[in-house]
Amino acid sequence: MTCDGMASLLHALFDGELDAVNAREVETHLVSCSSCASQLRDLRRMRHAMAGPAMRYRAPLGLRQRLESTLPAATSLTARVNPSRRNYALRGFATGSVVSTALAACLLLFVVHQQEEQRIVGDAVSAHLRSLQGHHLVDVQSTDQHTVKPWFNGHLDVAPPVIDLKAQGFTLVGGRVDYLNGGPVAALVYQRGAHVINLFVSPIAASKGGAAMEKRQGLNVRHWARSGLGFWAVSDVDAEELREFGDKFEAAVKNDAR
Amino acid sequence: MISNETPTHESSQAQRFRDAALPHLDAVYTFARYFLRDPADAEDAAQECYLRALRHFDSFRGQDIKPWLFAILRNICHAEFGRRSRVVLYDVNADAEERDPTVPIWQEEQESPETEMLRQSDTQTIQKLVAALPEAFREVIVLREIEGLSYREIAGIVDAPIGTVMSRLARGRAILRDAWFRSAA
Repeated sequence: MTCDGMASLLHALFDGELDAVNAREVETHLVSCSSCASQLRDLRRMRHAMAGPAMRYRAPLGLRQRLESTLPAATSLTARVNPSRRNYALRGFATGSVVSTALAACLLLFVVHQQEEQRIVGDAVSAHLRSLQGHHLVDVQSTDQHTVKPWFNGHLDVAPPVIDLKAQGFTLVGGRVDYLNGGPVAALVYQRGAHVINLFVSPIAASKGGAAMEKRQGLNVRHWARSGLGFWAVSDVDAEELREFGDKFEAAVKNDAR
Repeated sequence: MISNETPTHESSQAQRFRDAALPHLDAVYTFARYFLRDPADAEDAAQECYLRALRHFDSFRGQDIKPWLFAILRNICHAEFGRRSRVVLYDVNADAEERDPTVPIWQEEQESPETEMLRQSDTQTIQKLVAALPEAFREVIVLREIEGLSYREIAGIVDAPIGTVMSRLARGRAILRDAWFRSAA
Protein backbone atom coordinates (compact mmCIF):
# COMPACT_ATOMS: atom_id res chain seq x y z
CA MET A 1 0.00 0.00 0.00
CA THR A 2 1.23 3.49 -0.82
CA CYS A 3 1.65 6.32 1.70
CA ASP A 4 -1.14 8.27 -0.03
CA GLY A 5 -3.71 5.63 0.72
CA MET A 6 -2.27 5.33 4.19
CA ALA A 7 -2.91 8.84 5.55
CA SER A 8 -6.37 8.52 7.10
CA LEU A 9 -5.78 4.85 8.00
CA LEU A 10 -2.70 5.89 9.96
CA HIS A 11 -4.82 8.29 12.00
CA ALA A 12 -7.50 5.66 12.50
CA LEU A 13 -4.84 3.24 13.76
CA PHE A 14 -3.45 5.91 16.07
CA ASP A 15 -6.95 6.52 17.43
CA GLY A 16 -7.63 2.82 17.93
CA GLU A 17 -10.50 2.94 15.43
CA LEU A 18 -9.17 0.56 12.79
CA ASP A 19 -10.43 -2.97 12.23
CA ALA A 20 -7.96 -5.81 12.67
CA VAL A 21 -7.41 -6.48 8.97
CA ASN A 22 -6.55 -2.88 8.10
CA ALA A 23 -4.55 -2.42 11.30
CA ARG A 24 -2.28 -5.32 10.35
CA GLU A 25 -1.80 -3.84 6.92
CA VAL A 26 -0.86 -0.40 8.25
CA GLU A 27 1.49 -1.89 10.82
CA THR A 28 3.25 -3.90 8.13
CA HIS A 29 3.64 -0.72 6.09
CA LEU A 30 5.07 1.15 9.09
CA VAL A 31 7.93 -1.32 9.43
CA SER A 32 9.22 -0.47 5.97
CA CYS A 33 8.24 3.21 5.67
CA SER A 34 10.25 5.64 7.77
CA SER A 35 8.20 8.65 6.66
CA CYS A 36 4.91 7.20 7.94
CA ALA A 37 6.65 5.90 11.06
CA SER A 38 7.98 9.37 11.87
CA GLN A 39 4.52 10.84 11.24
CA LEU A 40 3.17 8.43 13.84
CA ARG A 41 5.87 9.53 16.31
CA ASP A 42 4.84 13.18 15.78
CA LEU A 43 1.22 12.26 16.41
CA ARG A 44 2.23 10.61 19.69
CA ARG A 45 4.24 13.63 20.78
CA MET A 46 1.39 16.00 19.99
CA ARG A 47 -1.06 13.83 21.87
CA HIS A 48 1.30 13.73 24.83
CA ALA A 49 1.44 17.52 24.82
CA MET A 50 -2.33 17.76 24.65
CA ALA A 51 -2.99 15.13 27.30
CA GLY A 52 -2.09 17.29 30.28
CA PRO A 53 -4.72 19.06 32.39
CA ALA A 54 -3.27 22.40 31.27
CA MET A 55 -5.12 22.04 27.96
CA ARG A 56 -8.41 22.12 29.83
CA TYR A 57 -10.18 25.08 31.27
CA ARG A 58 -11.92 25.11 34.60
CA ALA A 59 -15.44 26.52 34.61
CA PRO A 60 -15.62 29.86 36.45
CA LEU A 61 -16.86 29.52 40.01
CA GLY A 62 -19.72 31.95 39.42
CA LEU A 63 -21.08 29.81 36.59
CA ARG A 64 -20.95 26.68 38.71
CA GLN A 65 -22.71 28.37 41.61
CA ARG A 66 -25.38 29.85 39.35
CA LEU A 67 -26.13 26.45 37.84
CA GLU A 68 -26.12 24.69 41.19
CA SER A 69 -28.62 27.13 42.59
CA THR A 70 -30.75 27.20 39.43
CA LEU A 71 -31.15 23.46 38.99
CA PRO A 72 -33.04 22.67 42.20
CA ALA A 73 -34.89 26.01 42.02
CA ALA A 74 -36.46 24.99 38.73
CA THR A 75 -38.00 21.96 40.39
CA SER A 76 -39.38 23.60 43.53
CA LEU A 77 -41.06 26.32 41.51
CA THR A 78 -44.54 24.84 41.95
CA ALA A 79 -43.99 24.09 45.62
CA ARG A 80 -43.13 27.68 46.42
CA VAL A 81 -46.32 29.16 44.96
CA ASN A 82 -48.65 30.61 47.60
CA PRO A 83 -51.13 27.84 48.61
CA SER A 84 -54.25 29.94 48.07
CA ARG A 85 -53.28 30.70 44.50
CA ARG A 86 -51.78 27.32 43.97
CA ASN A 87 -54.63 25.60 42.21
CA TYR A 88 -55.13 28.37 39.76
CA ALA A 89 -51.45 28.75 39.14
CA LEU A 90 -51.00 25.04 38.78
CA ARG A 91 -53.82 24.66 36.31
CA GLY A 92 -52.42 27.37 34.10
CA PHE A 93 -48.93 26.05 34.51
CA ALA A 94 -50.03 22.49 33.83
CA THR A 95 -52.04 23.30 30.70
CA GLY A 96 -49.33 25.48 29.30
CA SER A 97 -46.59 23.07 30.05
CA VAL A 98 -48.50 20.02 28.83
CA VAL A 99 -49.11 21.68 25.48
CA SER A 100 -45.61 23.00 25.12
CA THR A 101 -44.03 19.78 26.40
CA ALA A 102 -46.06 17.74 23.94
CA LEU A 103 -45.09 20.08 21.13
CA ALA A 104 -41.47 20.05 22.14
CA ALA A 105 -41.50 16.26 22.45
CA CYS A 106 -42.99 15.82 18.97
CA LEU A 107 -40.53 18.24 17.48
CA LEU A 108 -37.65 16.65 19.29
CA LEU A 109 -38.66 13.12 18.34
CA PHE A 110 -38.91 14.25 14.77
CA VAL A 111 -35.52 15.93 14.92
CA VAL A 112 -33.88 12.99 16.69
CA HIS A 113 -35.43 10.60 14.18
CA GLN A 114 -34.20 12.75 11.31
CA GLN A 115 -30.75 13.01 12.79
CA GLU A 116 -30.61 9.26 13.24
CA GLU A 117 -31.60 8.71 9.61
CA GLN A 118 -29.06 11.25 8.47
CA ARG A 119 -26.40 9.58 10.56
CA ILE A 120 -27.16 6.17 9.06
CA VAL A 121 -26.91 7.64 5.57
CA GLY A 122 -23.59 9.20 6.58
CA ASP A 123 -22.41 5.86 7.94
CA ALA A 124 -23.46 4.10 4.75
CA VAL A 125 -21.49 6.56 2.63
CA SER A 126 -18.44 6.19 4.89
CA ALA A 127 -18.72 2.40 4.77
CA HIS A 128 -19.02 2.51 0.98
CA LEU A 129 -15.87 4.64 0.71
CA ARG A 130 -13.99 2.41 3.15
CA SER A 131 -14.95 -0.69 1.19
CA LEU A 132 -13.37 0.80 -1.93
CA GLN A 133 -10.19 2.06 -0.22
CA GLY A 134 -9.29 -0.68 2.19
CA HIS A 135 -9.10 -3.67 -0.17
CA HIS A 136 -11.93 -5.14 1.81
CA LEU A 137 -14.85 -5.09 -0.58
CA VAL A 138 -16.18 -8.55 0.15
CA ASP A 139 -15.87 -11.23 2.83
CA VAL A 140 -17.52 -13.82 0.63
CA GLN A 141 -16.83 -13.53 -3.06
CA SER A 142 -19.41 -15.19 -5.25
CA THR A 143 -21.79 -14.36 -8.05
CA ASP A 144 -24.04 -17.16 -6.80
CA GLN A 145 -26.82 -15.92 -4.52
CA HIS A 146 -27.12 -19.44 -3.09
CA THR A 147 -23.56 -19.16 -1.78
CA VAL A 148 -23.84 -15.62 -0.45
CA LYS A 149 -27.12 -15.98 1.43
CA PRO A 150 -26.10 -18.99 3.58
CA TRP A 151 -22.84 -17.20 4.41
CA PHE A 152 -24.83 -14.39 6.04
CA ASN A 153 -26.86 -16.90 8.03
CA GLY A 154 -23.70 -17.78 9.88
CA HIS A 155 -22.61 -14.18 10.46
CA LEU A 156 -25.72 -12.12 11.25
CA ASP A 157 -28.93 -12.54 13.24
CA VAL A 158 -31.03 -11.47 10.29
CA ALA A 159 -29.98 -12.71 6.86
CA PRO A 160 -30.76 -10.29 4.03
CA PRO A 161 -32.53 -11.26 0.82
CA VAL A 162 -29.80 -12.00 -1.71
CA ILE A 163 -30.72 -11.73 -5.37
CA ASP A 164 -28.52 -11.84 -8.43
CA LEU A 165 -29.51 -9.18 -10.93
CA LYS A 166 -27.06 -10.04 -13.66
CA ALA A 167 -29.82 -10.38 -16.25
CA GLN A 168 -30.97 -6.88 -15.31
CA GLY A 169 -27.47 -5.43 -15.64
CA PHE A 170 -26.29 -5.51 -12.01
CA THR A 171 -23.90 -8.37 -11.24
CA LEU A 172 -23.71 -9.74 -7.71
CA VAL A 173 -20.04 -9.75 -6.63
CA GLY A 174 -20.35 -10.93 -3.04
CA GLY A 175 -21.15 -9.83 0.49
CA ARG A 176 -19.55 -8.75 3.71
CA VAL A 177 -20.45 -7.67 7.23
CA ASP A 178 -20.16 -3.92 7.80
CA TYR A 179 -21.27 -1.47 10.49
CA LEU A 180 -24.02 1.14 10.41
CA ASN A 181 -25.13 3.14 13.42
CA GLY A 182 -23.03 1.02 15.74
CA GLY A 183 -24.44 -2.36 14.73
CA PRO A 184 -23.39 -5.07 12.28
CA VAL A 185 -25.30 -5.08 9.02
CA ALA A 186 -25.21 -7.02 5.77
CA ALA A 187 -23.53 -5.37 2.80
CA LEU A 188 -24.31 -6.83 -0.61
CA VAL A 189 -21.94 -5.81 -3.35
CA TYR A 190 -23.08 -5.37 -6.94
CA GLN A 191 -21.22 -4.27 -10.00
CA ARG A 192 -22.53 -2.10 -12.83
CA GLY A 193 -19.87 -1.73 -15.52
CA ALA A 194 -16.88 -0.26 -13.68
CA HIS A 195 -19.05 0.98 -10.79
CA VAL A 196 -19.64 -0.65 -7.43
CA ILE A 197 -22.97 -0.55 -5.61
CA ASN A 198 -23.00 -1.33 -1.90
CA LEU A 199 -26.44 -2.37 -0.66
CA PHE A 200 -26.66 -2.25 3.14
CA VAL A 201 -29.48 -4.21 4.74
CA SER A 202 -30.43 -3.86 8.40
CA PRO A 203 -33.49 -4.57 10.54
CA ILE A 204 -35.28 -1.30 11.42
CA ALA A 205 -38.26 -0.28 13.52
CA ALA A 206 -40.36 1.32 10.75
CA SER A 207 -41.54 -1.55 8.61
CA LYS A 208 -42.41 0.38 5.47
CA GLY A 209 -41.39 3.61 3.87
CA GLY A 210 -41.29 5.30 0.51
CA ALA A 211 -37.99 5.26 -1.31
CA ALA A 212 -35.86 8.38 -1.06
CA MET A 213 -32.82 9.47 -2.99
CA GLU A 214 -30.15 11.84 -1.79
CA LYS A 215 -26.68 12.94 -2.75
CA ARG A 216 -23.77 12.89 -0.30
CA GLN A 217 -20.12 13.56 -1.03
CA GLY A 218 -20.75 13.08 -4.72
CA LEU A 219 -22.40 9.70 -4.18
CA ASN A 220 -26.03 8.76 -4.60
CA VAL A 221 -27.84 7.05 -1.74
CA ARG A 222 -31.21 5.39 -2.21
CA HIS A 223 -33.07 4.30 0.89
CA TRP A 224 -36.21 2.24 1.20
CA ALA A 225 -37.79 -0.10 3.75
CA ARG A 226 -39.85 -3.25 3.57
CA SER A 227 -41.12 -5.79 6.11
CA GLY A 228 -38.89 -4.70 8.94
CA LEU A 229 -35.76 -4.30 6.85
CA GLY A 230 -34.09 -1.04 5.85
CA PHE A 231 -32.14 -0.84 2.58
CA TRP A 232 -29.46 1.71 1.70
CA ALA A 233 -27.92 1.53 -1.75
CA VAL A 234 -24.78 3.65 -2.16
CA SER A 235 -22.91 4.18 -5.39
CA ASP A 236 -21.34 6.62 -7.80
CA VAL A 237 -23.67 5.47 -10.59
CA ASP A 238 -26.12 8.23 -11.46
CA ALA A 239 -29.38 8.64 -9.59
CA GLU A 240 -31.52 7.20 -12.38
CA GLU A 241 -29.47 3.99 -12.51
CA LEU A 242 -29.53 3.62 -8.76
CA ARG A 243 -33.31 4.03 -8.76
CA GLU A 244 -33.48 1.33 -11.44
CA PHE A 245 -31.29 -0.89 -9.28
CA GLY A 246 -33.59 -0.42 -6.28
CA ASP A 247 -36.72 -1.12 -8.30
CA LYS A 248 -35.24 -4.22 -9.96
CA PHE A 249 -34.00 -5.52 -6.63
CA GLU A 250 -37.45 -5.13 -5.05
CA ALA A 251 -39.19 -6.68 -8.04
CA ALA A 252 -36.81 -9.65 -8.02
CA VAL A 253 -37.28 -10.19 -4.28
CA LYS A 254 -41.06 -10.26 -4.76
CA ASN A 255 -40.70 -12.73 -7.65
CA ASP A 256 -38.35 -14.88 -5.63
CA ALA A 257 -40.83 -15.06 -2.76
CA ARG A 258 -43.52 -16.49 -5.00
CA MET B 1 -53.32 15.21 43.35
CA ILE B 2 -51.19 16.84 40.73
CA SER B 3 -49.88 19.19 43.37
CA ASN B 4 -48.17 16.28 45.12
CA GLU B 5 -46.99 14.26 42.16
CA THR B 6 -45.76 16.89 39.75
CA PRO B 7 -43.07 18.43 41.94
CA THR B 8 -41.85 14.98 42.97
CA HIS B 9 -41.46 13.85 39.40
CA GLU B 10 -39.91 17.12 38.34
CA SER B 11 -37.50 17.29 41.22
CA SER B 12 -36.34 13.70 40.82
CA GLN B 13 -35.86 14.41 37.13
CA ALA B 14 -33.87 17.56 37.88
CA GLN B 15 -31.89 15.69 40.48
CA ARG B 16 -30.99 13.01 37.93
CA PHE B 17 -30.02 15.70 35.46
CA ARG B 18 -27.88 17.44 38.03
CA ASP B 19 -26.08 14.24 38.98
CA ALA B 20 -25.49 13.24 35.38
CA ALA B 21 -24.66 16.60 33.81
CA LEU B 22 -22.92 18.80 36.38
CA PRO B 23 -19.76 16.67 36.58
CA HIS B 24 -19.17 17.58 32.93
CA LEU B 25 -19.27 21.34 33.48
CA ASP B 26 -15.50 21.77 33.07
CA ALA B 27 -15.57 19.73 29.86
CA VAL B 28 -18.50 21.71 28.47
CA TYR B 29 -16.81 24.99 29.38
CA THR B 30 -13.53 23.82 27.85
CA PHE B 31 -15.22 22.95 24.56
CA ALA B 32 -16.99 26.34 24.61
CA ARG B 33 -13.68 28.12 25.22
CA TYR B 34 -11.98 26.46 22.27
CA PHE B 35 -15.04 26.89 20.11
CA LEU B 36 -15.77 30.55 20.85
CA ARG B 37 -12.28 31.67 21.94
CA ASP B 38 -13.74 34.13 24.42
CA PRO B 39 -14.16 33.56 28.19
CA ALA B 40 -17.38 35.58 28.61
CA ASP B 41 -19.08 34.07 25.54
CA ALA B 42 -18.00 30.59 26.66
CA GLU B 43 -19.55 31.14 30.08
CA ASP B 44 -22.86 32.32 28.58
CA ALA B 45 -22.94 29.43 26.13
CA ALA B 46 -22.19 26.82 28.81
CA GLN B 47 -24.97 28.21 31.01
CA GLU B 48 -27.47 28.22 28.16
CA CYS B 49 -26.39 24.66 27.31
CA TYR B 50 -27.27 23.41 30.79
CA LEU B 51 -30.62 25.19 30.89
CA ARG B 52 -31.55 23.88 27.47
CA ALA B 53 -30.35 20.37 28.31
CA LEU B 54 -32.49 20.35 31.46
CA ARG B 55 -35.57 21.35 29.44
CA HIS B 56 -34.99 18.47 27.03
CA PHE B 57 -33.68 15.94 29.52
CA ASP B 58 -36.86 13.85 29.06
CA SER B 59 -35.79 13.09 25.54
CA PHE B 60 -32.26 12.03 26.42
CA ARG B 61 -31.96 8.30 25.76
CA GLY B 62 -28.24 7.71 25.35
CA GLN B 63 -25.80 5.99 27.67
CA ASP B 64 -23.37 8.84 27.94
CA ILE B 65 -24.61 12.37 28.50
CA LYS B 66 -21.37 14.11 27.58
CA PRO B 67 -21.68 13.85 23.76
CA TRP B 68 -25.31 14.97 24.06
CA LEU B 69 -24.30 18.06 26.03
CA PHE B 70 -21.61 18.86 23.45
CA ALA B 71 -24.12 18.60 20.61
CA ILE B 72 -26.45 21.06 22.38
CA LEU B 73 -23.56 23.38 23.17
CA ARG B 74 -22.36 23.35 19.58
CA ASN B 75 -25.82 24.31 18.33
CA ILE B 76 -25.92 27.20 20.78
CA CYS B 77 -22.45 28.34 19.78
CA HIS B 78 -23.41 28.27 16.12
CA ALA B 79 -26.79 29.90 16.48
CA GLU B 80 -26.05 32.63 18.96
CA PHE B 81 -22.37 33.30 18.97
CA GLY B 82 -21.22 32.14 15.55
CA ARG B 83 -21.90 35.37 13.73
CA ARG B 84 -20.11 37.46 16.29
CA SER B 85 -16.99 35.35 16.68
CA ARG B 86 -16.57 35.13 12.93
CA VAL B 87 -16.36 38.90 12.67
CA VAL B 88 -13.81 39.34 15.44
CA LEU B 89 -10.28 38.67 14.28
CA TYR B 90 -8.48 36.39 16.62
CA ASP B 91 -5.08 37.27 17.99
CA VAL B 92 -3.31 34.13 19.07
CA ASN B 93 -0.78 35.93 21.22
CA ALA B 94 -3.24 38.06 23.12
CA ASP B 95 -4.85 35.02 24.63
CA ALA B 96 -1.67 33.77 26.26
CA GLU B 97 -0.99 37.09 27.97
CA GLU B 98 -4.39 37.84 29.37
CA ARG B 99 -5.43 34.39 30.49
CA ASP B 100 -7.89 34.64 33.30
CA PRO B 101 -6.70 33.24 36.64
CA THR B 102 -9.18 30.37 36.59
CA VAL B 103 -7.50 28.89 33.54
CA PRO B 104 -4.26 27.05 34.15
CA ILE B 105 -4.47 23.87 36.13
CA TRP B 106 -0.89 22.74 36.49
CA GLN B 107 -1.19 19.78 38.74
CA GLU B 108 0.12 16.61 37.17
CA GLU B 109 3.20 15.35 38.97
CA GLN B 110 3.89 11.75 37.99
CA GLU B 111 6.64 12.52 35.49
CA SER B 112 10.28 13.41 35.84
CA PRO B 113 10.93 17.17 36.07
CA GLU B 114 12.59 17.20 32.64
CA THR B 115 9.80 15.55 30.69
CA GLU B 116 7.28 17.55 32.65
CA MET B 117 9.02 20.80 31.69
CA LEU B 118 9.18 19.72 28.09
CA ARG B 119 5.51 18.85 28.19
CA GLN B 120 4.55 22.15 29.75
CA SER B 121 6.29 24.17 27.09
CA ASP B 122 4.84 21.88 24.42
CA THR B 123 1.42 22.31 25.94
CA GLN B 124 1.55 26.10 26.04
CA THR B 125 2.59 26.18 22.41
CA ILE B 126 0.08 23.66 21.24
CA GLN B 127 -2.80 25.25 23.11
CA LYS B 128 -2.27 28.43 21.16
CA LEU B 129 -1.94 26.52 17.92
CA VAL B 130 -5.15 24.55 18.53
CA ALA B 131 -7.00 27.78 19.26
CA ALA B 132 -5.76 29.21 15.96
CA LEU B 133 -7.04 26.28 13.84
CA PRO B 134 -10.03 26.85 11.55
CA GLU B 135 -13.26 25.86 13.27
CA ALA B 136 -13.95 22.64 11.35
CA PHE B 137 -10.56 21.21 12.37
CA ARG B 138 -10.44 22.79 15.81
CA GLU B 139 -13.64 21.17 17.03
CA VAL B 140 -12.73 17.62 15.95
CA ILE B 141 -9.25 17.93 17.45
CA VAL B 142 -10.62 19.20 20.76
CA LEU B 143 -13.29 16.48 20.90
CA ARG B 144 -10.79 13.75 20.05
CA GLU B 145 -7.61 14.80 21.87
CA ILE B 146 -8.89 16.75 24.85
CA GLU B 147 -12.27 15.13 25.45
CA GLY B 148 -11.27 11.67 24.20
CA LEU B 149 -14.46 10.95 22.26
CA SER B 150 -14.78 8.23 19.63
CA TYR B 151 -15.16 8.90 15.90
CA ARG B 152 -18.79 7.88 16.16
CA GLU B 153 -19.51 10.26 19.01
CA ILE B 154 -17.73 13.11 17.23
CA ALA B 155 -19.62 12.39 14.00
CA GLY B 156 -22.88 12.65 15.96
CA ILE B 157 -21.87 15.97 17.53
CA VAL B 158 -20.60 17.72 14.43
CA ASP B 159 -23.35 16.10 12.34
CA ALA B 160 -21.04 14.72 9.67
CA PRO B 161 -20.20 11.22 8.42
CA ILE B 162 -17.37 9.34 10.14
CA GLY B 163 -15.33 9.56 6.94
CA THR B 164 -15.50 13.35 7.14
CA VAL B 165 -14.45 13.30 10.79
CA MET B 166 -11.47 11.12 9.83
CA SER B 167 -10.33 13.41 7.06
CA ARG B 168 -10.79 16.56 9.18
CA LEU B 169 -8.74 14.99 11.98
CA ALA B 170 -5.97 14.05 9.57
CA ARG B 171 -5.96 17.50 7.98
CA GLY B 172 -6.21 19.33 11.32
CA ARG B 173 -3.33 17.34 12.76
CA ALA B 174 -1.21 18.01 9.68
CA ILE B 175 -1.80 21.77 10.03
CA LEU B 176 -1.07 21.57 13.75
CA ARG B 177 2.13 19.61 13.18
CA ASP B 178 3.43 22.02 10.55
CA ALA B 179 2.64 25.04 12.73
CA TRP B 180 4.31 23.34 15.67
CA PHE B 181 7.50 22.66 13.75
CA ARG B 182 7.53 26.21 12.49
CA SER B 183 7.13 27.58 16.03
CA ALA B 184 9.97 25.36 17.26
CA ALA B 185 12.31 26.33 14.45
